[in-house]
Amino acid sequence: MFDPTSIATDQPLLVADNLAKSYGRLPACRGVSFKLYPGEVLAIVGESGSGKSTLLQMLSTQLQPSAGRVSYRMRDGVLRDLAALGEAERRFLFRTDWGFVHQDPAMGLRMAVSAGANVGERLMAVGWNNYGKIRDTASTWLQRVEIGLDRIDDAPRTYSGGMRQRLQIARNLVTSPRLVFMDEPTGGLDVSVQARLLDLLRGLVTELGLAVVIVTHDLAVARLLSHRVMVMQGGRVIETGLTDQVLDDPREPYTQLLVSSILPA
Amino acid sequence: MNAPSYNFAYLDEQTKRMIRRAILKAIAIPGYQVPFASREMPMPYGWGTGGVQVTAAILGPSDVLKVIDQGSDDTTNAISIRKFFAKTAGVATTTRTDEASVIQTRHRIPEAPLHEGQVLVYQVPIPEPLRFLEPRETETRRMHALAEYGLMHVKLYEDIAKFGHIATAYAYPVKVAGRYVMDPSPTPKFDNPKMDNCPALQLFGAGREKRIYAVPPYTEVVSLDFEDHPFTRYRQNAPCALCGAEDSYLDEIVTDDKGGRMFVCSDTDYCETRRAEGHFGSANAPETERADV
Amino acid sequence: MSVMIKLSDAEKSFTMHLQNGIRLPVVRGVSFHVAAGECVVLAGPSGAGKSSILKMIFGNYRCDSGRIEILHRGATIDLATAEPRQVLELRRTTIGYVSQFLRAVPRVAALDVVAEPLVVSGVSKDEARQRAGDLLRRLNIAERLWTLPPATFSGGEQQRVNIARGFISDFPILLLDEPTASLDAGNREVVMSMIAEKKKVGVAMIAIVHDDEVRERIADRLIDVSSFAAAA
Repeated sequence: MFDPTSIATDQPLLVADNLAKSYGRLPACRGVSFKLYPGEVLAIVGESGSGKSTLLQMLSTQLQPSAGRVSYRMRDGVLRDLAALGEAERRFLFRTDWGFVHQDPAMGLRMAVSAGANVGERLMAVGWNNYGKIRDTASTWLQRVEIGLDRIDDAPRTYSGGMRQRLQIARNLVTSPRLVFMDEPTGGLDVSVQARLLDLLRGLVTELGLAVVIVTHDLAVARLLSHRVMVMQGGRVIETGLTDQVLDDPREPYTQLLVSSILPA
Repeated sequence: MNAPSYNFAYLDEQTKRMIRRAILKAIAIPGYQVPFASREMPMPYGWGTGGVQVTAAILGPSDVLKVIDQGSDDTTNAISIRKFFAKTAGVATTTRTDEASVIQTRHRIPEAPLHEGQVLVYQVPIPEPLRFLEPRETETRRMHALAEYGLMHVKLYEDIAKFGHIATAYAYPVKVAGRYVMDPSPTPKFDNPKMDNCPALQLFGAGREKRIYAVPPYTEVVSLDFEDHPFTRYRQNAPCALCGAEDSYLDEIVTDDKGGRMFVCSDTDYCETRRAEGHFGSANAPETERADV
Repeated sequence: MSVMIKLSDAEKSFTMHLQNGIRLPVVRGVSFHVAAGECVVLAGPSGAGKSSILKMIFGNYRCDSGRIEILHRGATIDLATAEPRQVLELRRTTIGYVSQFLRAVPRVAALDVVAEPLVVSGVSKDEARQRAGDLLRRLNIAERLWTLPPATFSGGEQQRVNIARGFISDFPILLLDEPTASLDAGNREVVMSMIAEKKKVGVAMIAIVHDDEVRERIADRLIDVSSFAAAA
């Protein structure tokens, strides 16, 4: 649980400092700086081509910035420049202290391997060597994401889109990460399936005190899940603040356009 | 019989040097798959082109060669490879495990203990143990480099989830010298313990995949498993019908079309040696005892 | 009694970029304070900016200039310049907001909707549910509805669920936006007695109320918002 007394004492978990990425002469992302604190959910919103996915990839070390840096507070409490980590350390971070939920579950799951093994893989990767315990933990997580235990030995290719996405979340959360990146996690799902997933995510994020960076073009998703939003346009952050503040009292012309473009339900 | 038009052991000297360099590197990094420039051999892929190239590279005129296929010295594949080297290198050949200095094998390790100075050359179809779960070669190489082997246990997990036990019966993954996970080629897992701390040098050649790897003598080879599902050897629960051996790996032979079958040693040399020593099984017991069967 | 909320020269306007950038002034020179145990009612005609002021104090609307000082755990925080995470912490422990409309969360049971603010502030789930049940019972929400998501409730029921959610916490500051609108007499009476109880334990409240009778009963002071009207 997020400790409410922590403001004065706690320190940022992830720090982006003047991040930029260019593809040749084309700037995809420019001058992005922010701090993410433990338990904080930050939504990056903007339309296709605004640079939000590029930013997410840089934050999660999948893309090398052209300029600027990303630092992360490791479990030992030391803030470290991610570019200075060795590949082994980065990959270790990725399968223990971080999660990444892809829009397309096929990118985040092993589609031909059973759900139980999909969830158990991260445990086995950090040295769990007891089948019974791995299976028990996988079962617990499948239940938490509302997947029936009768499906534990089925491969996700037999799952529906919503189930796959929930399985992907379980697979990411099993090692108790402190930071989860999400790239349009509800994209491509039916509205009713989306609602269920969002609700589940919201519960898990609060319960586990996860810090989340979520990229979405859907302002409703940002409102439901995030504490803070960053609005991106043309590779820049044009407006940032408390989620309800930005959505209810948008300042920038582009943000006002985004907010007014929501179709009433 | 040695045709003068061939270089010794068929391959040209430069190629053999190239292969030897790969072998040396493989020995220096136990279990690591060293890429090599696999040549076209006068036999199809899948017939042991990798093993044949390794054998050709290490063979000297004084070597004695034994070739087995599934433990047997007398199958087509074993005989043709044996003849190939008899013809191109003029080396002596044998079927006796203890007499051979180089043993090329497809899918078995001889029952008789190997000794120092011997080289066991495995023919390998697919060298990458992670292949079936992670098809990207770039990714599997990285996983080896960083010793990220969680995926290997995923395979074993799947076995237990599906069958209640680790059902992988051959090509059972091992960890070599505490570092690299290796596919021991499709030998039955019964043979895995023989690889551990073995006095002989073990070389693995994959021709189609262009990889060589090695286990130096007296190297630790551990079969992967779970605490609560430990590695077990598997053997048909029967003595050999010909030599009565209770400790050898058995082949099942169908004897008629009415369900009749018998179990015999897969290692023909081991079986013959035991019979020559006077052991017998149910199928060839002396008359006086057969009445009891 | 200590001053819990103090506004000095707070100003708010909207710039509508989609309408050729016209600027809509809302309020200007807003200055007043509210002490602990006091209920201040904002008065003035519709459109005078009552709701906007309430939203500024909750941090929902930004403040263009001036100060909005909140006493939070013995220290003063200026909401006009506070970091988002400070605002969030204020909302978690110090300021509660009871709005007219429930932003329904799909699939969450009414009991948990009400209990949530307590759980977030660290109260055990069981105790929070217990207290949520007490409030719902008091506000005449039938027990059979407690386990259902309020999205399916009638308008009046939803409003009462929202009131319960707003009143459950032990926040020292409560902002009430039309808490009794469209309630029947019985439930209105319940809400007024709940406000009185909050006063007794020293909660500072700012309310917007249109019902004259309710205003009479709960207001310690009236603040006429029309004096803050910003000239267009």
